[in-house]
Amino acid sequence: MPTAPAHALTDATTSDRTLRRFLHGLPGVDTVGLEARASALGTRSIKTTAKAYAIDLAISMIDLTTLEGADTPGKVRALGAKAVNPDPTDRGTPKTAAVCVYPDMVATAKEAVGDSGVKVASVATAFPAGRAAIDVKLGDVREAVAAGADEIDMVIDRGAFLAGDYMTVFEQIRAVKEASGEARLKVIFETGELSTYDNIRRASWIGMLAGADFIKTSTGKVGVNATPANTLLMLEAVRDFREQTGVQVGVKPAGGIRTSKDAIKFLVLVNETAGQDWLDNHWFRFGASSLLNDLLMQRQKLATGRYSGPDYVTVD
Amino acid sequence: MSDRLTVLKTYKLYVGGKFPRSESGRVYEVTDSKNKWLANAPLSSRKDARDAVVAARKAQGGWAGKTAYLRGQILYRVAEMLEGRKDQFVREVADAEGLSKSKAAVVVDAAIDRWVWYAGWTDKVAQIVGGGNPVAGPFFNLSSPEPTGVVTVVAPQESSFLGLVSVIAPVIATGNTAVVIASENSPLPALSLGEVLATSDLPGGVVNILSGRTAEITPSLASHQDVNAIDLAGVEDDDLAKELEVAAADNLKRVVRPQPVDWSADPGTHRLTAFLETKTVWHPTGSLGASGSSY
Amino acid sequence: MTSTPSASAAFEYAPAPESRSVVDIAPSYGLFIDGEFAEAADGKVFKTVSPSTEEVLSEVAQASSEDVDRAVKAARKAFEKWSALPGAERAKYLFRIARIIQERSRELAVLETLDNGKPIKETRDADLPLVAAHFFYYAGWADKLDHAGYGADPRPLGVAGQVIPWNFPLLMLAWKIAPALATGNTVVLKPAETTPLSALFFADICRQAGLPKGVVNILPGYGDAGAALTAHPDVDKVAFTGSTAVGKAIARQVAGTDKKVTLELGGKGANIVFDDAPIDQAVEGIVTGIFFNQGQVCCAGSRLLVQESVQDEVLDALKRRLSTLRLGDPLDKNTDIGAINSAEQLARITALTETGEAEGAERWSAPCELPSSGYWFAPTLFTNVTQAHTVARDEIFGPVLSVLTFRTPEEAVAKANNTQYGLSAGIWTEKGSRILAVADRLRAGVIWANTFNKFDPTSPFGGYKESGYGREGGRHGLEAYLDV
Repeated sequence: MPTAPAHALTDATTSDRTLRRFLHGLPGVDTVGLEARASALGTRSIKTTAKAYAIDLAISMIDLTTLEGADTPGKVRALGAKAVNPDPTDRGTPKTAAVCVYPDMVATAKEAVGDSGVKVASVATAFPAGRAAIDVKLGDVREAVAAGADEIDMVIDRGAFLAGDYMTVFEQIRAVKEASGEARLKVIFETGELSTYDNIRRASWIGMLAGADFIKTSTGKVGVNATPANTLLMLEAVRDFREQTGVQVGVKPAGGIRTSKDAIKFLVLVNETAGQDWLDNHWFRFGASSLLNDLLMQRQKLATGRYSGPDYVTVD
Repeated sequence: MSDRLTVLKTYKLYVGGKFPRSESGRVYEVTDSKNKWLANAPLSSRKDARDAVVAARKAQGGWAGKTAYLRGQILYRVAEMLEGRKDQFVREVADAEGLSKSKAAVVVDAAIDRWVWYAGWTDKVAQIVGGGNPVAGPFFNLSSPEPTGVVTVVAPQESSFLGLVSVIAPVIATGNTAVVIASENSPLPALSLGEVLATSDLPGGVVNILSGRTAEITPSLASHQDVNAIDLAGVEDDDLAKELEVAAADNLKRVVRPQPVDWSADPGTHRLTAFLETKTVWHPTGSLGASGSSY
Repeated sequence: MTSTPSASAAFEYAPAPESRSVVDIAPSYGLFIDGEFAEAADGKVFKTVSPSTEEVLSEVAQASSEDVDRAVKAARKAFEKWSALPGAERAKYLFRIARIIQERSRELAVLETLDNGKPIKETRDADLPLVAAHFFYYAGWADKLDHAGYGADPRPLGVAGQVIPWNFPLLMLAWKIAPALATGNTVVLKPAETTPLSALFFADICRQAGLPKGVVNILPGYGDAGAALTAHPDVDKVAFTGSTAVGKAIARQVAGTDKKVTLELGGKGANIVFDDAPIDQAVEGIVTGIFFNQGQVCCAGSRLLVQESVQDEVLDALKRRLSTLRLGDPLDKNTDIGAINSAEQLARITALTETGEAEGAERWSAPCELPSSGYWFAPTLFTNVTQAHTVARDEIFGPVLSVLTFRTPEEAVAKANNTQYGLSAGIWTEKGSRILAVADRLRAGVIWANTFNKFDPTSPFGGYKESGYGREGGRHGLEAYLDV
């Protein structure tokens, strides 16, 4: 069994019983109140200099993602080039944080981003369903790491979680963390399948207790992915976790964030919930693909005063 | 009939479930409509009124906390007990109001029936005046009536029994407790009612009955900071009514002003709802899961 | 408290002011009597200022008792025809008014923010939507009064004299005028002297809606005009929202008359947080409870009763949350905390908080820079407060929260009820049966469980004890304006 991290809450994970007790002792979440807070923060009006700041920050936080059965080396190379140089008309545009691909595309992606500083993230652990034996999942992770992945995006075993087998979920994350070595680990909950906010809060704490570097909403492969409310809830979790343990954990909403307006709302959530310390791509990411072009068009509008159009950003 | 000397009754106050004399030791003569002496009634003081408020306050939470069904049963029990002592009340009402025995019997019957009417209201009034409110948001919102608390009731002067019952029953049906000032000149039916209430499973303190001078007792009750409402039904002097209403404003008592009332008519719900507060409770409803959950 | 930008790397929100150009404030306004704007009989005027800048917005005619008499006469004259109109026709006037309010809502929101000092976020998202909704709701009642539970064909009372406060000027107007007109009464309304403008704009809305002359009369003025109105012998119905002291004075004034009265007065609402509360939402509820409208709300949750076992956790979270509140220009869309309505109110808040400190309560505010002109008060917490402290008993009517602790539900209820007021209370716990048990025992007219400061036209509002009597809103709100 992998060793647990050393912090104030290690007692919580000494047994299935203590873990269950700890998770069920977390404060409940009132659905209406949480969603009302998320939507109230959504009314912030981010204009001019603040908007320019937010757009550049959002671009720099994108994990530019392609996770299709039809992914080819050519598609991944194009994505890598876009990540490094999002707007050919303005070289001052920030790079994205990473590209995110399947494990077998990691080597291609690494080559495409070169030494630009753009990271390569790989989904693993039988993404997106996570329905495979632990050995298969760990093999998946090792393959990605061996190919040079800087970051691993794993999925938790939602079946085990919903069956109440929290320790299995915890131990699998620990095992994946160990297999990830130096790579930073993002733990995907698939919030749409966990269904309730109480579950999302519990999953967040399992992930953080098990050593996640990031907690991540979703795969982008189910009906409901990142929402302002579930992201707000996870931001509260990382905020509270740092307060109790001193350990900072990142947050990555993924799937469904398509417009600059949406992205800026998420940044407001970060700013007013977890705070300034998370306003950096080391601690906050967007799992997205089409979002980037919208941000680029908005960026061009701010620069030129004209509304841009899809012909003035690149199609990948 | 033998020439046996009858045993006269000593009329006493009814406070906190007990039958005390006035703490002042005073009594006053009660006569019938032909000025014939009937009895000596306690002449209550302000201290008696104060004690009655204490008793009423003490009883209020418990009485309001009983199920409406049980309150209904107890009010019905009052009707049952009165039915058994009808002859006594017919005699007292006839003496008090100068009515023939048969007319007095009609009044007493109506008073008994009034208890039955209010007994049936206890578990219905919330459904008539409360209910859910369809607010424009994810909230469950329910308004329910609650008793306002301790109510001072100045009973009607002329209708010493039917009027009395008509002002007490609605107050307690809804969970309030009452401090009642009986008709000044005709307090005997009221004092006897106390004996009936005491044997009707009505908890002590729910109804407290004082006899005496209306003008003497009422001002301290109108200004009493631990009284929540006042029914001025029996205040016949306009200046006194105004003075009492002014005093009642000190703690914003709910006031029912004196009005001409035909006590034999259908009472409606006015007195039943006059001593109710509406409490509205909100609670989020939300959804089964996180917003947009696929389940 | 975020008020000025600091490090350049930080996510500082640039100013996002709502445009003032949507509202055209005239240099002067008259009284609105019998469908016409008119000068005061004695020619008196007063200035209304923007509390956030002290800029004079306009000069407004100041009603005296002579004007009150004129307005009541106009309302009396209009009553005959208005009350005889079929309910369906009265309904259509009210629907028109509701629609015009919706059309002009941005203009009215900006106007209200200018005259009152509250953030545009609130006037835009709370006040104005509720104002329109209130007129819509009562419009629908006008032709359904037979079904309201007050017997067949319930009759209006006559002329309603209404006096409203400055904290929600247009919303309080809606709460008063909508049910009055729906039931067939006519109205003389006095807005507060610090916030007369939205009521005068409402007069213009009545004109646009074609409302018959004299049905609504608006008399800007001071307390003397209010007293003259509530005392007027030809006023059948008095509706007042404001302080408990004035409410008591009105109750004395109407003693011995046939006037029907509703009073919506002060409060000292307890917001009770149990150890099993949804803490993050509870913190939001505490903030909404006391800092909504700068705490100038009669139903504010001005006493936080927190279970001692979670006191530190809740207070830490609360303080952290307070440091994100944005105080400043009320017209900025990102402003959370606006200006205090008047110098007088600011002085009252200041005096009461000084008393709090002098009595030994511990005062805390997030670091906060206040604008140099206008009336401002930083959101403030008092800890180590007991029931005996003035700040736990007196209504402060400002952004000041007194924090008390309790050990058991029994103690929480006892402390919550230990006040002469009884308007609102909050309960935070995930345990359903506890909510119901505590809600049942609290002596307050509005209980918010796991939420706070929610309002709706269908939901009756009003207090127990010295918070007043009568209910506004919902079916219950009709009773105040019907002869039943």
